[in-house]
Amino acid sequence: MNARPRLVETDHSATAHVAFRSVSHTYPARAGHPPVHALGPLDFNLNRGEFLSVVGPSGCGKTTLLEVLAGLVKPEGGTIEIDGRAMTGDVPDGVGVVFQEDASFPWLTVADNVAFGLRRAGLPAKEIAGRVDYALDFMGLNQFRTAYPSQLSGGMRQRVCIARTLVTRPSLILLDEPFGALDQQTRLLMGEELLKLWRETGATVMLITHSLDEAAMLADRVAVMSARPGRFIDIIETRWPRERDSSLASQPEFGVLTSRLWSLLREESRKAMESSGARSSGATAR
Amino acid sequence: MSLQLRLPASRAFDYLLLVLASLALWAGLAWIAGPDALSGPGETLARAADYLGSAAFWKHARATGTAFGWACLLSLAGGAAIGVLIGMSRLAAEVGEPILGTLYSIPKITLYPIILLVFGLSLSAKVAFGVLHGIFPVALLTIGAIRNTKQVYLKTARVMRLTPVQTASTVLLPAILPELVTGLRIGFSSALLGTLIAELFASEEGLGFMLIRAMEAHKVVDIMALAFLLFAAAAAIGGLLLAIEGRVHRAS
Amino acid sequence: MSRVRLIQTLLIGGSVALLEILCRAGVIDHFTMIPPSDMLLSLIRIARTESWFWPDVLYTLRNLAVAIVIAVAGGFLIGLGVHAVPRLRRCLDPLFSSYYSVPTFVLYPLLIVIFGIGPASLIVMGALFGVVAMIVATLTALDRIPRALIKTARIMRLDALRGVLMVRLPAAAPHLFTGLKLAVAYCVIGVIAGEFILATAGIGRRLSFSYNNFDNQTMYGVLLLILVFAATLNALLNIWEKRLHQRWYR
Ligand SMILES: Nc1ncnc2c1ncn2[C@@H]1O[C@H](COP(=O)(O)OP(=O)(O)OP(=O)(O)O)[C@@H](O)[C@H]1O
Ligand SMILES: [Mg+2]
Repeated sequence: MNARPRLVETDHSATAHVAFRSVSHTYPARAGHPPVHALGPLDFNLNRGEFLSVVGPSGCGKTTLLEVLAGLVKPEGGTIEIDGRAMTGDVPDGVGVVFQEDASFPWLTVADNVAFGLRRAGLPAKEIAGRVDYALDFMGLNQFRTAYPSQLSGGMRQRVCIARTLVTRPSLILLDEPFGALDQQTRLLMGEELLKLWRETGATVMLITHSLDEAAMLADRVAVMSARPGRFIDIIETRWPRERDSSLASQPEFGVLTSRLWSLLREESRKAMESSGARSSGATAR
Repeated sequence: MSLQLRLPASRAFDYLLLVLASLALWAGLAWIAGPDALSGPGETLARAADYLGSAAFWKHARATGTAFGWACLLSLAGGAAIGVLIGMSRLAAEVGEPILGTLYSIPKITLYPIILLVFGLSLSAKVAFGVLHGIFPVALLTIGAIRNTKQVYLKTARVMRLTPVQTASTVLLPAILPELVTGLRIGFSSALLGTLIAELFASEEGLGFMLIRAMEAHKVVDIMALAFLLFAAAAAIGGLLLAIEGRVHRAS
Repeated sequence: MSRVRLIQTLLIGGSVALLEILCRAGVIDHFTMIPPSDMLLSLIRIARTESWFWPDVLYTLRNLAVAIVIAVAGGFLIGLGVHAVPRLRRCLDPLFSSYYSVPTFVLYPLLIVIFGIGPASLIVMGALFGVVAMIVATLTALDRIPRALIKTARIMRLDALRGVLMVRLPAAAPHLFTGLKLAVAYCVIGVIAGEFILATAGIGRRLSFSYNNFDNQTMYGVLLLILVFAATLNALLNIWEKRLHQRWYR
């Protein structure tokens, strides 16, 4: 383990589920656009069974990180090991992803959407029905099981996608801003459900989010990304107990944590805004 | 917005390859089909060059151009006007769109006897036939563009208390501009088709008339040369409009 | 919805009634157009008494059906192929977009020389007319498949065939159907135009034949049949298309 990052205080008893070794990615130049160095180099371990939140300014490479780990994008540099085996450039076993955009299938009903992955896995019909019922219940979609996505709100469609991913019980769950289209209350509740599911299944979770509160409340560790090219400028351990819920928010440590996150992100977010066109406005001079 | 139409070297190379491949395909087909059915590229292009050097050809081309110009103008202006009028009201759009769509889909060549009976052999017959082809697609695309404009844009305009005229000119028009340019392109090609069809059957001058004469005399080389010139001109203008369209779509 | 239907019916009925009145009152003279009611009577008469009627109708329908199958299947496959090679596509785009401004049927006489005067020429004519609409629609359809859906298919580790059948095709279906609708309309135009120009049988030929013989009664009867047929076909496809779009999009 020579590639251990400096800033990370890793729990030494934990085993690495995913190991990033100098992973970096640059999108190649396209007609009229220069190449974009979006990510890394990145060195860190995602421990088995941990809940990691990733926060960072918009456009810093969070989605790129997720797609690299999901095997959708082949990183330009470095290697990723899952369970000690280097990724082959394909989608690894046991990975579930919820994308930032709506990815519900408009030609399937809500129930069929949720059952899609299970049917693909060839599970018995009874097992599928049971899991779908359970998922629809805890996502609050039961009355809409025969509706089509076009009849749902954006937040409900996102819940369909979450349910579709979670019913397959992946061992590595990657979520890209999954609660973005939800209101704050539903967000909190969905976060609690996610925690419950995480505890029950023992899955490893990487949650990308724009909400510092959400990141601080849900995660074992919060990774803070720099402006593009995205690197981890700090990884903060929250030291919450495994049994936890949104009542954490009233504790003094919670406030300390979020303000620490904010102070780390403040400078980066400004940099990200300045490098992406805000410089021409001249409004920054005061 | 500056309109640059530079061809990158790789693109020019692709076009060259495409042209060579089509010429080879053409020559092969001509060889298989025999000179009675298809003339080869060499012969055809030579004839096309002859045409471009002859005064008679340009006289006919001008006649087609005049009729097409009017047909195009009327189709675009009329189609856009109908489209805006109908598109502004939800009810009118729901009522009008299927009717216009049906009118667009009928084989209009069958209406040529009526046009001929009404207008006789005249410029107006050609223009009328061109408009008959061109006006519906423009109207349909305009309606579609207006109806598909995101409601939140219009709500924004209302919140900013814009007048209907301001809304149309500062929000609606820029929002539908890309589709409007698409409508322009399709209206253009449909009006050209209509004008040429009218000339084929109901005219004594114009490129369509030249074509039908060549067809009746079964001059394969002439037919092919004229078809080639028409296709080349239409493709060139089509390509230009497409490039403009690409710019507008990207800018929005 | 029913209010829309009512207004449409009134609008169309009103136009027909207006035409009827204008013709009857002599504003439109009898040599130019016969009253719509006479067109209908004429159509009924030729359908019942003329021995050519059903054979001609069936001839056209059969050729049309074959042309549609060729145009739709061929256009879809060509579209798939062209989409896979972006450089080829960039070159072909201007050709596709100007295709319908050239009266393709100037090539019809050449087709007759190659395929003989008969069904084959008409079928090729119709298919040539329809195929590009289908190609263009296929390209659009493939372009518009949301990337998130394709990524989902990869995460679910569908193999290539399943990915196409279970995700890409359904996601592309609404645009493909629009292509189908356009291809059908263009095939109708192509086949009937071919018959109109030169053919031994078919409803389009009957139209030009009666026109050339100054037989206005027959001509308008046949014209009515063609227009009603094209309009009905279009309306049916429109309804189906709308259902599909309503399910896919809000
Ligand atoms: N396919 C692509 N080709 C080229 N550049 C890309 C591509 N995808 C993303 N980028 C660029 O890479 C950078 C990082 O993008 P990414 O989507 O990973 O950001 P993000 O952190 O997820 O942003 P957000 O929080 O807004 O979702 C951005 O500057 C973006 O412009
Ligand atoms: Mg993102």
